[in-house]
Parts: sequence; C-alpha cells; structure tokens
Amino acid sequence: MTAHTLVAYVEDKPGVLNRVASLFRRRTFNIESLTVGHTEQEGVSRMTIVVDTDEFGARRAEANLYKLVNVLRVDNVTTQAAVMRDLALIKVMASAATRSEILQLTDVFRARTVDVTNDSLIIEITGTEDKIEGLIEVLRPFGIIEMVRTGIVAMGRGSKSVSPNPPLVAAQVPEMVS
Amino acid sequence: MKRTGAQIIWECLIKEGVEVVFGYPGGTILPAYDAMLDYPSVHHVLVRHEQGGTHMADGYARASGKVGVAFATSGPGATNMVTGIATAMMDSSPIVCITGQVGSSLVGLDAFQETDVTGVTLPITKHNYLVTRVEDIARTIREGFYIAKSGRPGPVLMLINSAKRPVILAGHGVLQSSAMQVLKDFAEKAQIPVAMSLLGIGGLPANHPLNLGMMGMHGEAWVNHAIQQADLLLAFGMRFDDRVTGNVKTYAPKAKKIHIEIDPSELNKVVKVDVALVGDLREVLNEVLPLVAVGDREEWIEHINEMKGDSAVRDIQNLPDTGHLYAAHVINDLWRYTEGEALICTDVGQHQMWTAQYYKHNKPFKLITSGGLGTMGFGLPSAIGAKFAKPNAEVWAISGDGGFQMTAAELSTAAQENIKVNVAIINNGYLGMVRQWQEFFYDKRYAATPMKSPDFVKLAEAHGLTGIRVTQRSQVESAIRQARETEGTVVIDFRVEKEDSVYPMVPAGADLHNMIRRPMPKKPLNESLKHEEEMEFAK
Repeated sequence: MTAHTLVAYVEDKPGVLNRVASLFRRRTFNIESLTVGHTEQEGVSRMTIVVDTDEFGARRAEANLYKLVNVLRVDNVTTQAAVMRDLALIKVMASAATRSEILQLTDVFRARTVDVTNDSLIIEITGTEDKIEGLIEVLRPFGIIEMVRTGIVAMGRGSKSVSPNPPLVAAQVPEMVS
Repeated sequence: MKRTGAQIIWECLIKEGVEVVFGYPGGTILPAYDAMLDYPSVHHVLVRHEQGGTHMADGYARASGKVGVAFATSGPGATNMVTGIATAMMDSSPIVCITGQVGSSLVGLDAFQETDVTGVTLPITKHNYLVTRVEDIARTIREGFYIAKSGRPGPVLMLINSAKRPVILAGHGVLQSSAMQVLKDFAEKAQIPVAMSLLGIGGLPANHPLNLGMMGMHGEAWVNHAIQQADLLLAFGMRFDDRVTGNVKTYAPKAKKIHIEIDPSELNKVVKVDVALVGDLREVLNEVLPLVAVGDREEWIEHINEMKGDSAVRDIQNLPDTGHLYAAHVINDLWRYTEGEALICTDVGQHQMWTAQYYKHNKPFKLITSGGLGTMGFGLPSAIGAKFAKPNAEVWAISGDGGFQMTAAELSTAAQENIKVNVAIINNGYLGMVRQWQEFFYDKRYAATPMKSPDFVKLAEAHGLTGIRVTQRSQVESAIRQARETEGTVVIDFRVEKEDSVYPMVPAGADLHNMIRRPMPKKPLNESLKHEEEMEFAK
C-alpha cells in the first residue's frame, strides 16, 4: 500500500464532491487528502485525490471515477513527472526570547511569516509533504497552537497538460456537445 | 401557450419512445399525473407498491431492451423505490425513475413527505438529478435516458491457441452486447466449452454441445470441476461475482485468465487476470474470432463429459415417483410443457436455482432474474413488466412462497390491467434457501424460516383470477395446461417437498470444487428411462 495521486477533472456542479467522496467510501478506499478548486476552464473543477492503495486499487479507483457522469477526465500522476505541493499555515508560540530563532528556522525552510503578535507567529509554507513535516518537527518544541494544511495539489511537468487525451467532454451526452 | 413542467415531462418521455410507465401517484407528483390524462399515448400502470413499479420497469427493460420508466411521489413513494433501483443497478438494467419532491422553497426544511431521495439513491444509481427549475426538465430527461442506455447499462491469441483445457465463462455481457452468435462461432471454432453465469443463461443455447451449464455456488459439479482444472479461463462479459468464484484464493489455480469486459472498473477487481481487454464484447470477439485457430480439444471435452456421469445418477430427475412432489420436477415439467419457450421471471432463492438448472433456455432474453442483488419479490412484478414489453410472449413468474408474498399485491395490478402472466409458486412452507443454509450450517435450527401462507388459490380467486393447487406430480401437467389455456393471470400453488435442497452447493467462501452433493440414491434406479427420454428432448 502506497500513496497514489489522482487528478480528476469534474463538472463544477452541486453534489459532485459528494459523489466522488461517496464513491471512495462505498469502495472502501481510504482518502489521504482531497483538494478541489476551479480550473482555467469555466464550469470545470479539478480535484487532486491521494489514496492509500496498491497499483490495482489505484487503477480501479480511476475506472470507478470514470463511471461517475460528472467526471470528465482522470489522470494517475503517481509515477509521472509532476510537481506536487502542499500548503500549511502553522501558528506557533513565540515570545521575545524565541522569536528570532523561529524566524531563522523559517528562513532555512524558505517559509514566510504572515502574522506576528506579541506571543505568536503564523508561518506559511509551501512544498512537498516531507519539507512541511520537517518544519513542523522543528517548530513543535516551541509549541504549535494550531495548524491547517491544504492537502496535495499536483500538476504534470512540461508544456502539455497532464495528458492531452481524452479531451474534456461535457456530461457525456452527444447532443450536449456543441 | 407556455407549457408546464408536467407537460414537458410527458412530451419528453414520448419523444424518448416511452409507451408505458409504472407508477403510483401522490401529493408532490400529482401535477404530472394531472397532465398525464392529456397524453393518452402513454399507458400508465397503477402498481400496488412502488417497489413493484420499479421491478416492472426493470422487467420491461430486460424483456424489451428499451428503457423502463417508473413514477412515484416524494418521501415514502421514493424510498419504496430503493430496492427496485438497487436491483436494476446490480444487473445493469436500464430504468429511469421519476419522483416528485416537495416544493423547491421547502427542500431541506424536513417538510411533509420530504426525503433527500437524490442522497438516498446516490450509491445505487448510475446518476441522479434534483430538478428544481422547469427549464431544466427537458435536458435532464434527455440526459437521463442517454445515460441509462449508454456504456455499461454499462499475447491473447497465443494463450487461447495453446490452451489444452480452456473454459469460456459467459456472463450477462453476452446478452447485453448481443454477442450470442459470435460467442457460438468462437466456441465452435476453437472448440472451447462454455460455462454460464446465472445472468448469462441463454447466451448460448442450453442444448448446444459445448454449453456446460451454470457455474458457481449452485452450478453443476462438472462445470465447477472443469473450471478448477482449466488451464485457461476466458471471461466474457462477467464480473467474477463471489457466487461464481467461491474462494478466490483457490479459484482455477492452474488457469491463465483473459477477461473481456466493457467496464474497466471490473478488471482485476476480484480475480487478477493475465490479459484484460476493455470493450464491447461483440466487437472484441468479432475482431478476435478470425485470428483464433481452429481447435481440437476432444480429450478435454470428453473428460468433462465423463464427470457428468456421476452427476446424472444423483439427479433428482432420476428419482422414482414416490408420490412426493419435488420442485425440480415442477420446473422441469414446466420447461417441457412450455416447450422451453416461455419467458421466465423469478424471485431469489431455491426456486431460482432450480429454474436455472432445470428450465433449459435455448434462446436469449428468456430468463429475467435478480442476479446481483438477489431481491425477493422481483418475480411477479418483473413478469408483469415483461408482459407489457412482449405482449405475445408466454410469461411465467416462478416464485417461492416467501418472495411471492412480498409483492403479491401486484396480482391486483395484473387483474386491473387484464394482463396474462402465470405464476408458479414453489410452496414448501419455508424460506427455503435460508432453511437449507440452516440445515447445512446451523444444525437444522430453523429460526424464523417456517412460514405460514394464505390459501394462494383463494387469494387468486379473491382477485378475480384463477388459482390451482397441485400436490402430486401427476397433476402438474394438467395444471400447466390449464394455466396456459385460461384467460387472465393464473396462480398455481405447487405444494412441493418441504425440506428439499438445491444441489450441488458450494458453501459461501468455500473452494469451488468442494461442493455439497445430493446424497446418492439408496438403491440403483431401474435404469431411469425417464432420464434418457428427457435428455432426448433436450437435444
């Protein structure tokens, strides 16, 4: 069992997230993370789904996603050359005595400080999961107040989109394709 | 004049070629029913329960190859459809269900008769819609019909040509893609015997010499042994259901496996295969057929035939007439006296398996049965639906006494519609299949399986229909003849042997070759003339 990353283009309609999530529940896949947001194309959302499964499971997840009418395209980017990023906001306790040390660590990780108060900092970091977990570990001794992570988003490298085919087809209904 | 949403619904349905719908009115769907009176070309069948309505739409779809349509109101009307929807979904039967919903201003407020029916049916539909605007109705209905009909309603040659002990596993996909002819050509050219799944029955004529019969939990012994001994399995339009494979770990251990299937999510789902081909079965086989070498597998086929010998002497058909009425006798006689031509709809359970074993279908689309979900109460309503699809066909529902009572109210629908279906109740006074499991696996502790039934003859008569009771084998023929000759629906109450079991049986999860067999008859039979006569007929 390893993490597999699927990128799914879906119609931007109410209930689609529910359908996708329900599919993973019903087929007993464990979702590690799921992100969803708009794409360059109006009416199309893009999901990045990380599931903990084996190769057969990932293929089955992909095939099952295709059975949902609102799913337009699915790519398994696990083994492709792809950029994968996770974003975290970490609120950490920071007194006058510890603040400069924390800021130094933040620099090392190329993270940014986005909020400062007398007794806390909010640090924003973008990167691979490993890198983010590295920062979390060094901040933990200072006292993490709260943290939020987006989950992974992924994009294939190069000028082409992850896979040029098949093209996006609206709702799979011939008359609807104009 | 601007059309109302209700009018648009009917006009769209007519445009999709809908001639009959099965439904039950109620508060929120009432506008659609009111408008219906202005569209007399669509015949509405008033069902007695929405589950029956969805089963009828399902039976209609399976018998006609068209989309079946069911109507219900919101709330309880919609939730009553759930079993019928799940049944159709599991067997890839194309139906469109239209329900009312509370007014859009009330959605989400727990209004009277409000249920989140799109939420409830989400995992048991291919797709569903909540339509809240009139302008979305036409597009939604068009999409709905398209989706229902499309997709899955939803080193190869080296392997085939070098296999010495290959078996084809023919599933529902053979019928759904109309691959009957190419399957026959393929099997004959390569000389590969064919094992049928329950829903694959009819994909190859039962009397074809290469047709082994049904495989799986209640498959014939020689079929399961052939699969276990095979060196190559060719899975055509089937999905390795657990009722077909038994223990997956010991399933066909020596066999390479080739899987041809339209739904890619079925590949490597249960059984890991060596070659997977995604596509419409008929198209794929048409391409492969010319490339397959002419086969000679006489030795293998002879070996399988030898395995049949042992089974024949255990066959209930060879039991002498002791005055007891066995279900297998009834179904075999039904097959004989209907010349094997009837369209048979069943419930789930013992009678369903006996039907698969003893009603030997030579033609496709003649067996309508809930294979995937195993729904009790499916038989009678699906038979009514099938009769609407095929008015000239001889339609029989075969049910157990338990399943029949689940949707027996639809007798009233048959009476009101003046529909002629015949109902054969295999009445053993038990929930028979569950009783059989209790006998085999629970020390004969018959918890909640003995079942008292009403007088089915009187029940039929109460509906203005004909009822017949049969308690001996000598009465079977005349009862069937009477049912066939009588106008209107006829119910036959066959009082069969109470504690008979379906053999062989692979216990759930057991190895496919470890079957419970019918005990050998105590005395050798007087060379069973009857059996040979039946075999003669089967040819």
